[in-house]
Amino acid sequence: MAKRIDVSGLTAYYGSHKAIDDISMTVEPRSVTAFIGPSGCGKSTFLRTLNRMHEVTPGGRVEGKVLLDDENLYAKDVDPVAVRRTVGMVFQRPNPFPTMSIFDNVAAGLRLNGTYKKNQLAEIVERSLRGANLWNEVKDRLNKPGSGLSGGQQQRLCIARAIAVEPDVLLMDEPCSALDPISTLAIEDLIGELKERFTIVIVTHNMQQAARVSDRTAFFNLSAVGQPGKLIEIDDTERIFANPSVQATEDYISGRFG
Amino acid sequence: MDTATTTSAPPPRAPQQTGTTRGKPRPGDRIFLGMSRGAGIFLLVIMAAIAGFLTYRAGIAISKDDANFLTTSEWNPAGDPPVFGIAVLAFGTVVSSVIAMVIAVPVAIGIALFISHYAPRRIATPLAYVVDLLAAVPSIIYGLWGAIFLVPYLDGLNSWLNEYLGWTYIFEKTGEGVARNLFTVGILLAIMILPIITNVTREVFLQVPKMHEEAALALGATRWEVIRMSVLPFGRSGIISASMLGLGRALGETMAVAVVLSPSFVISGHLLDPGGGTFAQNIAAKFNEADEFGRDALIASGLVLFVITLVVNGAARAIIARRKEYSGANA
Ligand SMILES: Nc1ncnc2c1ncn2[C@@H]1O[C@H](COP(=O)(O)OP(=O)(O)OP(=O)(O)O)[C@@H](O)[C@H]1O
Ligand SMILES: [Mg+2]
Repeated sequence: MAKRIDVSGLTAYYGSHKAIDDISMTVEPRSVTAFIGPSGCGKSTFLRTLNRMHEVTPGGRVEGKVLLDDENLYAKDVDPVAVRRTVGMVFQRPNPFPTMSIFDNVAAGLRLNGTYKKNQLAEIVERSLRGANLWNEVKDRLNKPGSGLSGGQQQRLCIARAIAVEPDVLLMDEPCSALDPISTLAIEDLIGELKERFTIVIVTHNMQQAARVSDRTAFFNLSAVGQPGKLIEIDDTERIFANPSVQATEDYISGRFG
Repeated sequence: MDTATTTSAPPPRAPQQTGTTRGKPRPGDRIFLGMSRGAGIFLLVIMAAIAGFLTYRAGIAISKDDANFLTTSEWNPAGDPPVFGIAVLAFGTVVSSVIAMVIAVPVAIGIALFISHYAPRRIATPLAYVVDLLAAVPSIIYGLWGAIFLVPYLDGLNSWLNEYLGWTYIFEKTGEGVARNLFTVGILLAIMILPIITNVTREVFLQVPKMHEEAALALGATRWEVIRMSVLPFGRSGIISASMLGLGRALGETMAVAVVLSPSFVISGHLLDPGGGTFAQNIAAKFNEADEFGRDALIASGLVLFVITLVVNGAARAIIARRKEYSGANA
């Protein structure tokens, strides 16, 4: 069930280093929001605060609020493990569990949750693999290791693994940057389908990709190296690419950055 | 993933470059090649000489043995006719090593996980250092400590085991005497091999790529679930290798066993009964007073220990190789 994300006044640190400063934004359910911006401006950091993965890094610390519908993820009594079960994540480099079969990879999240009936498992795995457009390629070798697939297939396997648990939100950090153009297109199509059911946030360095897949685009920037990253603007993707309201955004998009 | 770049055709070389690489090897290369090849051959020759010598002497002893060398529970090469066999030694060696492994491997994995994944840095670093130090303690120290401290202490444990677990047969105590038995030896060996297994597995656990752990974390895994899903599977072959290192040490341990065990040439499934022996302990105990034929007999027993070690290592390699496609090496 897709949920709305409502971030207010979010600041994140690595030890004493402030990586992102005072970010507020709203992400609507069943939409795709793209994060763009120069390297080091804190896109990954911000994305990882949305499922409380940031604090896994030694020294990682967060101030501010992230509301998922009406629940603050950073409220005192919230268990980060529970948050990560409802906010799924796909990483830049495909990272299927190397020691698990394709089937077990997809089933891993379900087995953690324990919220399924035994006889449903195969069905959910198939549905997730179909949802990730991978079923036809792997249906004959579900018991083979997931690390034996191609990079693009591995990434779709990771997407299948993430959607198998029916998360409220799906976060993707440059999911196509290690992939060839055909696998990239396959995943972009997939994102278009997945937004019917999930709230999707995707980090990308590829402007065309942001323009193709997203409904809204957020531009992040930093004033100088070592300074914290800031949200410059967030708007409808068409507006950002055609007629942004901030000059820095236009410079970045048209390649006149720096 | 990046095969596209590696399979693309190499840029054409300048012709003179091919000339130099195809030409005469430089003197430095030739000298180094000669030296490394010579060293390799030298090593092989020495090893072959040792193996040949040992096999020859062992052959002399076994051919004159009046009893079955593998199944006899007696050691009397000086008798007429000579009667000796390794049954007790093989049994004692295997049993004490199995006890040591059963105790040491799980504990070592636990300590290694604690150091690598649970303990805060300021506890983990000194703890790792202490374990490193323990691995360097000479075995005679462990042996003396075992004989002076552990044996009296284990007397109590032995009575307790006998009372409550005596029905399992192995913990039934049929004779009197202090705890100078195979069970104590097993525990002492476990303590001795614990540091080395801990060190190696800890290193392996620290090598687990962050992305594998984050894969589990992002699915909502607890710390223990991350360890189960990512750390242990990744470290599996490392755990096996570390255990083999420890097992090698346990199988061949001499002084500590010799100091603690009160040996006898009886096979008993009651682990708490005093007696038994191991290959290394038997050699150490008998070598000095043996005549030349007696030494040949001891050498023959040593060869058997060597074969056992080889078989165990081969089995471990086979286990590692069987799961190779799942090892993550091709991820
Ligand atoms: N593990 C870490 N420890 C300390 N500082 C970090 C860590 N990860 C990131 N940073 C710092 O936080 C800032 C933001 O990094 P982040 O990875 O979020 O940038 P990004 O926008 O995702 O960049 P890219 O586009 O290159 O992925 C950078 O200044 C970076 O040096
Ligand atoms: Mg990043």
